Amino acid sequence: MAARTVLHQADITRALTRISHEILESNQGSSDLVLLGIPTRGVLLAQRIGAILDQLEPGSVAVGELDVTMYRDDLAGQPTRTPSPTRVPAGGIDGKTVVLVDDVLYSGRTIRAALDAINDLGRPRAVRLAVLVDRGHRELPIRADFVGKNLPTAVAERINVKLIETDGEDLVAIAEREATA
Amino acid sequence: MKHLLSVRDLDRDTAVGILDLAEDMADVATRAVPKLPTLRGRTVANLFFEDSTRTRLSFEAAAKRLSADVITVSAKGSSVSKGESLKDTAQTIAAMGIDAVVLRHGASGAARVLADSHWIDAAVINAGDGTHEHPTQGLLDAYTMRKTLHGDAARGKSLDGVRVTIVGDILHSRVARSNVWLLQTLGASVHLVGPETLLPLGVDSWPVTRGTDLDAALAENPDVVMMLRVQSERMQAAFFPHEREYARQWGLDDARLARLAPHTMVMHPGPMNRGLEISSASADSARSVVLHQVANGVSIRMAVLYLVLSGSGAGA
Amino acid sequence: MTLLITGARLPDGTNTDLVVKNGVIAELGPGLSALGAIVIDAAGLQALPGLVDLHTHLREPGFEQSETVLTGSRAAAAGGFTAVHAMANTSPVADTAGVVEQVASLGEQHGYVTVRPIGAVTVGLAGERLSEIGAMAQSRAAVRVFSDDGKCVSDALLMRRALEYVKTFGGVIAQHAQEPRLTEGAQMNEGALSSELGLAGWPAVAEEAIIARDVLLAQHVGALLHVCHLSTAGSVEVIRWAKARGIRVTAEVTPHHLLLDEQLAAGYDSRFKVNPPLRRSEDVLALRAALAEGIIDIVATDHAPHPIETKECAWQEASFGMVGLESALSVVQAAVVDSGQLSWGDVARVLSRTPAAIGQLAGYDAPFTIGAPANFTLIDPSARRVFGLEQLHGKGANTPYLGRELPGRVVATVHRGVPTVLDGELRPAEEVANRVA
Repeated sequence: MAARTVLHQADITRALTRISHEILESNQGSSDLVLLGIPTRGVLLAQRIGAILDQLEPGSVAVGELDVTMYRDDLAGQPTRTPSPTRVPAGGIDGKTVVLVDDVLYSGRTIRAALDAINDLGRPRAVRLAVLVDRGHRELPIRADFVGKNLPTAVAERINVKLIETDGEDLVAIAEREATA
Repeated sequence: MKHLLSVRDLDRDTAVGILDLAEDMADVATRAVPKLPTLRGRTVANLFFEDSTRTRLSFEAAAKRLSADVITVSAKGSSVSKGESLKDTAQTIAAMGIDAVVLRHGASGAARVLADSHWIDAAVINAGDGTHEHPTQGLLDAYTMRKTLHGDAARGKSLDGVRVTIVGDILHSRVARSNVWLLQTLGASVHLVGPETLLPLGVDSWPVTRGTDLDAALAENPDVVMMLRVQSERMQAAFFPHEREYARQWGLDDARLARLAPHTMVMHPGPMNRGLEISSASADSARSVVLHQVANGVSIRMAVLYLVLSGSGAGA
Repeated sequence: MTLLITGARLPDGTNTDLVVKNGVIAELGPGLSALGAIVIDAAGLQALPGLVDLHTHLREPGFEQSETVLTGSRAAAAGGFTAVHAMANTSPVADTAGVVEQVASLGEQHGYVTVRPIGAVTVGLAGERLSEIGAMAQSRAAVRVFSDDGKCVSDALLMRRALEYVKTFGGVIAQHAQEPRLTEGAQMNEGALSSELGLAGWPAVAEEAIIARDVLLAQHVGALLHVCHLSTAGSVEVIRWAKARGIRVTAEVTPHHLLLDEQLAAGYDSRFKVNPPLRRSEDVLALRAALAEGIIDIVATDHAPHPIETKECAWQEASFGMVGLESALSVVQAAVVDSGQLSWGDVARVLSRTPAAIGQLAGYDAPFTIGAPANFTLIDPSARRVFGLEQLHGKGANTPYLGRELPGRVVATVHRGVPTVLDGELRPAEEVANRVA
């Protein structure tokens, strides 16, 4: 099935740069800021945003990883998911502003799981959400604070996010969902 | 993974995966809320036909940290002690709606029989069957070895090249069997030491080397020395003459402890007979990882419970 | 009642018709006819003399939930047998004239097979005092085979006395060769596999040592000895040595020890748990060769029915034994006939003539001759069937052959001139009982 590219490498870089600026602006600087990426690609995006923030305000932002597998509500219905490690930066999250970073915001269930996971890790001052793509179709009252691109989609479509670190190229494409048996 | 019956069902990647998952589970214990909601609404039945407080508590703690509900049926003071059969007990608890059975049973193969039967369709975790296997003990031992050797860099690693010496009553030990097969899968080499009466017939076909001389085995500077519990009823059955002779020949006493290489770790599945197979000084020495084994047991059992209770094959 | 069997192939390979009248074979030869006879078309069928089992557990009296003389007799007839020897481990034990007479008369009443009780060697099978061997021998049951089967007569002096004493009455001791101390708690053949499975090992030497002792005792006192269910290659060698020295010993093997090996224990399916245990594949091959060579004299089923709950449990909690009467002939065919090791003539010897001779059961020395008692079975060796519950006619379903394809099928069985099986179906109990009456 033919895929339609909606974001190229330059678009992704621009979007992440804009998100970085927006984060700084809303946080009024980078103090007490913790970026937590949601595996797999959210982690890479968090690292990229962290790198941009480090250029803007060196040495102040902490980046970690937050695995939400054990908090999902769909474990029984799916093939067994292998969790990834959770890595909280040394300073912890208590009293910090945590920015969750993921590649695609869809039903909101992953973010719901992430909020539960954060709840068990400590008590941040605030939790924000940054996503590269918001494709709509929310099933929970959750919205993103920082969005790279709003992308209206049909449920039958799928969003493919590719990043250089894992896929050898940067792009976001829309494809028809393959028929499942 | 539908059941965990034998470590022989685990290939290398799966085994390493379980150890890695246990690393994540161990991290949970260090957090503000040391609990995960993962198995909320699932029920785990601990079905213990043999008394084993430590294994039962370990599974209970694991299930509770994953937010599962736990029903415990143990030998003392239950219908199990009144001779109720495995089938009837299993069906009774299954009728209450359970998702997994953690089974400890005195008969080898009991977990396999329960899993292969059509009496229940819950997942079955073997928590020790007769003198056959104790898979979660094997896994927690492998985890403890890996963690002791590699620390925080343990994730993803096997036990390639690690040399393990297991000492004592191999014949009656389910711990030894689970260790032998799992350690082989993970790339470690295993040396068995004990009196000829307690080395199983046909052990030469196992992927191990064997000997009877503990001092010779320790002189090889193994990475791990695992002392097995010796049960006094073996004496009555003429496996060895008496405790003093056993301790002299195959006990990890203070003199042998002093001769161990600096890197050698001492393990024991517990409960220990201090002064028989292991001296107090050995058990309490800095190189003893006995208490780590206990702590790691909870992490391993969390990982195993997660694997059998998640996934599309489970529950339904 | 008259029967006309047309076109049957005899064990010697010749084809013939048979007329059966008044319980005996009245005519033999081609082109026979008989007015008013029940006609059995035996074209393509193999005729065998009525099978004689020297080792059957009928469980009555005492364990009627497992089997009764009636249900065991029906199972036997369905398997082509016309005589069974009922082991003594009932409750009460068959150690008195009263018990053996009761068992024999129940068999006589039901009529499916001749039931020959085996007497216990020791009182209550306890291995301490000789039971009343003389009274049992002289009873209406005329017991000739004595065995503590299930338990070994392990005391050497008691075994010697038994071998000597039984000579007085022309009997034979059938020994269950199992050294008890070497097999305490034993679960399966001892070897690499038992060590892996964590099941207590049952060493071959526990069987071989008893057989070696007993053949020497039999030689010393000049007695007959029969050894039950050989299971190891080493046992075969001991018997071979004894026979070469002229010791009067006979040996039996079960169908399952000719077909199945210890690997089947690997799944802990307790239907494979038997006493003696299934052994290595080398042992299976040695047993087959020994049967073909005549070192092992007979095949006996060790038919051991158990209630289902004693098998639906963990291996070491399960009872020993499997039912065997219904499957015996098919299993023998699969193990040694289809491979060419035994002819049908050999089968007639090891499953009829020789066991009858050991049990001193008359009427089986010259089958298919005019005037001989009409005990025979007709089988279709070319049939193949998936062995299922419908083939089982006793109370026990503890057989590992369920769902397995086996060759051969019993089409008809005739006991003393009375059909017990026709067209592959057991005849009703009332019909069989009335006709023999």
